Amino acid sequence: RYYEYMFGQSRQPKRGRRPPGARAEPELLQLQVVIESGDPGCHGYPHLASSEAYHLTVTEPVAILKADEVWGALRGLETFSQLVHEDDYGSFLVNESEIDDFPRFAHRGILLDTSRHYLPLKSILTNLDAMAFNKFNVLHWHIVDDQSFPYQSIYFPELSDKGAYSYNHIYTPTDVQLVIEYARLRGIRVIPEFDTPGHTQSWGKGQKDLLTPCYNGRQPTGSFGPVNPILNTTYDFMTKFFKEISSVFPDAYIHLGGDEVDFSCWKSNPDVKEFMRKQGFGIDYAKLESYYIQKILDIVSSYNKGYMVWQEVFDNKARLKPDTVVEVWMNNNYAHELSAVTGAGFTAILAAPWYLDYISYGQDWKKYYSVEPLNFPGSEKQKKLLIGGEACLWGEFVDATNLTPRLWPRASAVGERLWSSKNVTNLQDAYKRLTNHRCRMLRRGIAAEPVFIGYCAYEAR
Amino acid sequence: AENEQPWGTPCTQLLVFVATPGCDGFPSLDSKESYKLSVSEGSLLLSADAVWGALRGLETFSQLVGRDENGTYYINKTEIVDFPRFPHRGLLLDTSRHYLPLRAILETLDVMAYNKFNVFHWHIVDDPSFPYESLTFPELSKQGAFNAMTHVYTASDVQTVIEYARLRGIRVIAEFDTPGHTLSWGPGAPGLLTPCYLGRDPSGTYGPINPILNSTYQFVSSLFQEVSAVFPDFFLHLGGDEVDFTCWKSNPKIRAFMKEMGFGKDYKKLESFYIQRLLDIISSLGKGYIVWQEVFDNGVKVRPDTIIHVWKESSTRYAEEMANVTKAGYRALLSAPWYLNRISYGQDWMAAYQVEPLKFEGSPEQKDRVIGGEACMWGEYVDVTNLTPRLW
Repeated sequence: RYYEYMFGQSRQPKRGRRPPGARAEPELLQLQVVIESGDPGCHGYPHLASSEAYHLTVTEPVAILKADEVWGALRGLETFSQLVHEDDYGSFLVNESEIDDFPRFAHRGILLDTSRHYLPLKSILTNLDAMAFNKFNVLHWHIVDDQSFPYQSIYFPELSDKGAYSYNHIYTPTDVQLVIEYARLRGIRVIPEFDTPGHTQSWGKGQKDLLTPCYNGRQPTGSFGPVNPILNTTYDFMTKFFKEISSVFPDAYIHLGGDEVDFSCWKSNPDVKEFMRKQGFGIDYAKLESYYIQKILDIVSSYNKGYMVWQEVFDNKARLKPDTVVEVWMNNNYAHELSAVTGAGFTAILAAPWYLDYISYGQDWKKYYSVEPLNFPGSEKQKKLLIGGEACLWGEFVDATNLTPRLWPRASAVGERLWSSKNVTNLQDAYKRLTNHRCRMLRRGIAAEPVFIGYCAYEAR
Repeated sequence: AENEQPWGTPCTQLLVFVATPGCDGFPSLDSKESYKLSVSEGSLLLSADAVWGALRGLETFSQLVGRDENGTYYINKTEIVDFPRFPHRGLLLDTSRHYLPLRAILETLDVMAYNKFNVFHWHIVDDPSFPYESLTFPELSKQGAFNAMTHVYTASDVQTVIEYARLRGIRVIAEFDTPGHTLSWGPGAPGLLTPCYLGRDPSGTYGPINPILNSTYQFVSSLFQEVSAVFPDFFLHLGGDEVDFTCWKSNPKIRAFMKEMGFGKDYKKLESFYIQRLLDIISSLGKGYIVWQEVFDNGVKVRPDTIIHVWKESSTRYAEEMANVTKAGYRALLSAPWYLNRISYGQDWMAAYQVEPLKFEGSPEQKDRVIGGEACMWGEYVDVTNLTPRLW
């Protein structure tokens, strides 16, 4: 596929029409890719500790791309493909270069939300291509939520039967495997998020008694709240459900959500109130939330998976395993939260300043680019615990009609921030490269929107 | 009974009756867009005074047709009498900040028809690029387009747009914005733009069209002669917005001209001088004109049938401007609250929907002078990759 990216669809690289009498120019005949490690990793899955470093030497007649693991080779191949350019006569050129490169942060993710709007497979796969062009390596798949449940579960088919928008708005097991493999070939990890106990309205349609019935005085109102934390059946269900998820998704991590739990329904339910009393939680519902989360975390641990959670789980003082990854998303003084999370010894990833669904007029890529993730009070040791970040595209106002232009090239600014060195911050230089990169994405079939006034030699179809 | 059809007699024909023929003409501001739609058992009748009304009625009819679970198409019995509140319902596209391929423009015309828009305001050239291929001045696009081969609208392209629009009852009003917003005109028309000065010497940069040279008016006359012939609508949009006086002020010849004319230090008078001559040229070509509000705000003497396009949403509330414009006796178009290029998070369609164009202080006669409005999609951040989802 990189051959096509560099030389276009139909043609063989041809010799350009040189001006007559020009002397023969040096020619690059081959790019040799050498993977040094004993186990290059080609048949495995990328993971947090994968090596993405590479060394690229471009010189005639053979260029060499060396990497420890295949994942570094993929990154180097992307870089090499960006070095190749076409002149006005149709010749393909590349400058002699020596590049030693590796990512600053190991977790560089994009969050897609397929519950607020279903995203057809094609749109997810196209996005994985764009991610590879920008050296992103994690797809955080926020697959289900309140509004719809498109994930077709093998153990619990009713979940999507009753919870998806329609039969046409479903991800079958085959669809899911396709996404995982397509991602793998691009060195991208797929971390699914099954967010509980809040954000679960759609789960209740296909799983009776999973959600808490809300009360008005002594009467059930007919509406439901978060997952019911006091029933054994809840944990029986979760045990079986996460067994499936653990086997379907090969990544070492699962995102368990845990954000925005609204306590009002729990507070209204007499059985829940009784349970609170019995447990000695008083009126502190954060304790009930933590009680639930801890049990889920233990279930998922028993399947040998690590887990990611939204920051509330940490804020509400649940007992977390030391290798938990806490995702900081609340924009109100996130630097303070990063200090707290890393200060407590947990790994953190940053999403708060990169909610790309919050569109606004003008070149907002600049504000995403200007974020310095390590700008928080903390020791060297703490700063090492910030392993990366994610650009999030929540789906309330996004589906396949506008996903690509809304995400790209704005997310490219985040991609560079997470890969490049801390001192790569010049906005004017970034602007030049970003506009060029945007035209490149257009050539490769990604309908990235314009950065500012101008044009690309090859416009979108 | 099992075999009983829930539906009535199947209808197989929509009869369209148009009182006054005119399918070969162009729509205009005065076109009648009213229609009547009668749907009853066995009879589908759409009647209109003019074909333009029939088009609107056809759109409505197509929206009434539903499909049930069995795949059967059905339509409810209905009686509709419909006509537009405002006769000018426009959409502005900007093909200078970013070139828009023909298919993007044609697709937009289709969606305009689905939404009963009837004016395509084509802001075709501006500072960044000049994609309009002029027969009279081919150098304009040769030197001024982003790419003279790939990022231009040929005469044929322009006719395609005009005809595609016509078939949908959409008027095409071209805007050649002057004297500001003309940087891209400079390379192909040497001597047209004002050379800016740094002290005694030209700085190398250029400003608005040079209003003191006769050659300017010769050029403008020839160009607009062509534009008037190419675009059949009675109206042309002449722009006239955001004229930056700095360059004029820096130019010694212009300063001398100001003195000569007795304009003092009031460069609005110089702007008016240019605009008035331009308007005279356009009038002599038999066209009417629309101008941005600055032309009115700066006291330019314009013909009574000028349409003023209200777009500013800053210092003065636009309602006040609408009142002033209509009080002075001019017709007004509203765009200020409908700059759709100014995106924001959430359901911003509601803010656009809640605008009441006639909500300003004025007599009924004033209110009658509001002929409609336009949603604007300026192109700084918009091209074919994001135009459609941003607009609709």
